[in-house]
Amino acid sequence: MSEFILRLRRYNPESGAPPYWEEHTVDLEPHRSVLEAILQARARFDGSIGIRCSCRAAICGSCGVRINGKPDLACHTHLDKAQRQARDGVIEVEPMGNMPIIKDLIVDMESVHWKKIQRVTPWLIAKQPAPEREYIVPKETMIDVTQSMACIQCGACVSDCLSMEVDPLFIGPAALAKAYRFVGDPRDDQHFERLQDLAEDPHGIYDCTHCFACIDACPKGVAPMSQIMRLRRLAGSDHGIEDANNGERHEEAFVSLVRQYGLLNEAELLPRSYGGDSPLAKFKPSAQKELVSSLPAIGKALLRRKVTPAAVLKPHKLARDDLRQIKRIYETVEGREQRFELNLYISGYDEELEGATASPADASVGGDAQTSAEHGQPGQTPGGSPTR
Amino acid sequence: MKVAYWPGCVSRGFTPELHGSMARIAPLLDIELVEIDRGACCGAGVIAEHNQELADTLNARTFALAQQVDGAAMMMNICSTCQGAQTECQERLDASAEYRAHVNETLADEGLSYDKGLTNKNLLWLLVEEFGLDELRTRVQRPLTDLHVGPFYGCYIVRPIDRLGIDEELPRDTYLALVIEALGGTVIDYAGSHKCCGFPIITMNKEASLKQAGRHLGDALDARADCLVTPCPLCHLNLDLQQPLAERVVGRALNMPVLHLPQLVGLALGVPADQLGLQRHVVKPTSVIDWTTSVVAGVDETSTAR
Repeated sequence: MSEFILRLRRYNPESGAPPYWEEHTVDLEPHRSVLEAILQARARFDGSIGIRCSCRAAICGSCGVRINGKPDLACHTHLDKAQRQARDGVIEVEPMGNMPIIKDLIVDMESVHWKKIQRVTPWLIAKQPAPEREYIVPKETMIDVTQSMACIQCGACVSDCLSMEVDPLFIGPAALAKAYRFVGDPRDDQHFERLQDLAEDPHGIYDCTHCFACIDACPKGVAPMSQIMRLRRLAGSDHGIEDANNGERHEEAFVSLVRQYGLLNEAELLPRSYGGDSPLAKFKPSAQKELVSSLPAIGKALLRRKVTPAAVLKPHKLARDDLRQIKRIYETVEGREQRFELNLYISGYDEELEGATASPADASVGGDAQTSAEHGQPGQTPGGSPTR
Repeated sequence: MKVAYWPGCVSRGFTPELHGSMARIAPLLDIELVEIDRGACCGAGVIAEHNQELADTLNARTFALAQQVDGAAMMMNICSTCQGAQTECQERLDASAEYRAHVNETLADEGLSYDKGLTNKNLLWLLVEEFGLDELRTRVQRPLTDLHVGPFYGCYIVRPIDRLGIDEELPRDTYLALVIEALGGTVIDYAGSHKCCGFPIITMNKEASLKQAGRHLGDALDARADCLVTPCPLCHLNLDLQQPLAERVVGRALNMPVLHLPQLVGLALGVPADQLGLQRHVVKPTSVIDWTTSVVAGVDETSTAR
């Protein structure tokens, strides 16, 4: 047995009193979980400590909390590890973020997380007419959605979403990962409609700020941000959905400017993101409006010679030979019949293969479900244990 | 130390003072920069969002060019976003020999090929892991005494921790604080240090983007920071260039100077502020430098010499 000190954040909104910290010393083996420590503190010292839990085996997703500032399942975090990561040797446990607190470590999942899940139509809208028996799909097309299916709805990613922190209306990482689970499912009949809905929502797929917080938060390796990027890829590149949020235009302008200059041309990227991928974009009303609203920043940048007119008119560019190489890479890769994507969650790493046992050849290239893993593409190697 | 130097796009575009200040401090740190001037944009995650293989191939080409630099110990970058986007591509390239061969086939026509296992470190990582904090301390000419500096990392250099190799042995998400301390400054602990500046969605949801920048700047101000320091030029765009607009969104005056990492190092190594391009920032770093007497944080050269 070892002693561990817990510092719990206590709060009862109904009491009218502000939140406060409370410390308890518990006695447990170091490999025991933070959840067990909380439960011991509740049993021994204070029966009013609020914590939600059920399976205690990292599968029900009930005990999501912040431990030493980072979201995780309390039942999935060993005490010794938590203590090592504590700032002052005391294991700090708080409720998850971005959701209202019901009591102590219990947050209101209903008003935020579940509402957002419902927002993305989280069920299969099957193709009609229904087959007489079951729908038969190639096995590899379903492997692609297994990563998003690993979600246990614990809300850890919602807790730490940095976009949601400033925009509570953002659909968010958990719900968008769930959306990909159906957009990537070959049996679903509404791929386009789903994508258009998520792209046009001003708080939809283009509201993700690409901060990776949800990837680190997820205890199950779902990598919600990667699923959001796949939704964008499918919406923009495959379905040609031009959203009102400049998402598709920004991406297209970025990719095309790098092809043309080899480097990023910031002065062109901004107007083209609003006005479309053309040198004339800056004269379009949508881009003009944006340029005018940015005048305070642009004016100061010019005044301080941070940005010079010469840099705007004659942007940096690679040498001709290099541009020729870049162009050829674009032509080769974009000219492929099928876009190619390697998902390490599914394919695993070479190194792991050597030690892996009894791994069926179930790996494939991930991503574009209907096209993946057909004719001996690279990455189609037997999978090791998935990590990300 | 000789490095294959990857400056990235923005340091040569809208934050030219970053590239310039890096070049200025390199000799003072015995770093020989061999610039990879033939490499393409890392894609900042956007090209990968469009087509993953395209981003992987463009970056494999940059890696191959870096590996051709004779006698270079490693590749070094000065942009958090390049670090993150390139590491993501490298993770895939290094994970599968088959995929690497596939990508190298596209590069073969130009006689280029990427070999697994490139070391690519941001200046921040290089300072701590290669150059060493003790050595850095000995080079300090004007310690940043009484200067309160808030670290701002940028998402791409702190997450995801597995991919970036951040663990108890290499606590890379604490390095800015270590460097600030080594330079004699005081580290300001505030809520936004590891959060997102909002830049990636500036064209998609401007209000949310500027709210992020404004909130972190405000948090730093409330924690009494004199300035922020960042290893990411894209964060710098949202935190400095867009600060006048961020002030409007959050409804408060901020006036928070934001320094690039090489600028902060340069100041402590005794380089005059104007040679570090500090006069080019949108938010004048008056709280960092008294322009008339070249005083750093209220401690002038005579008092530090004593």
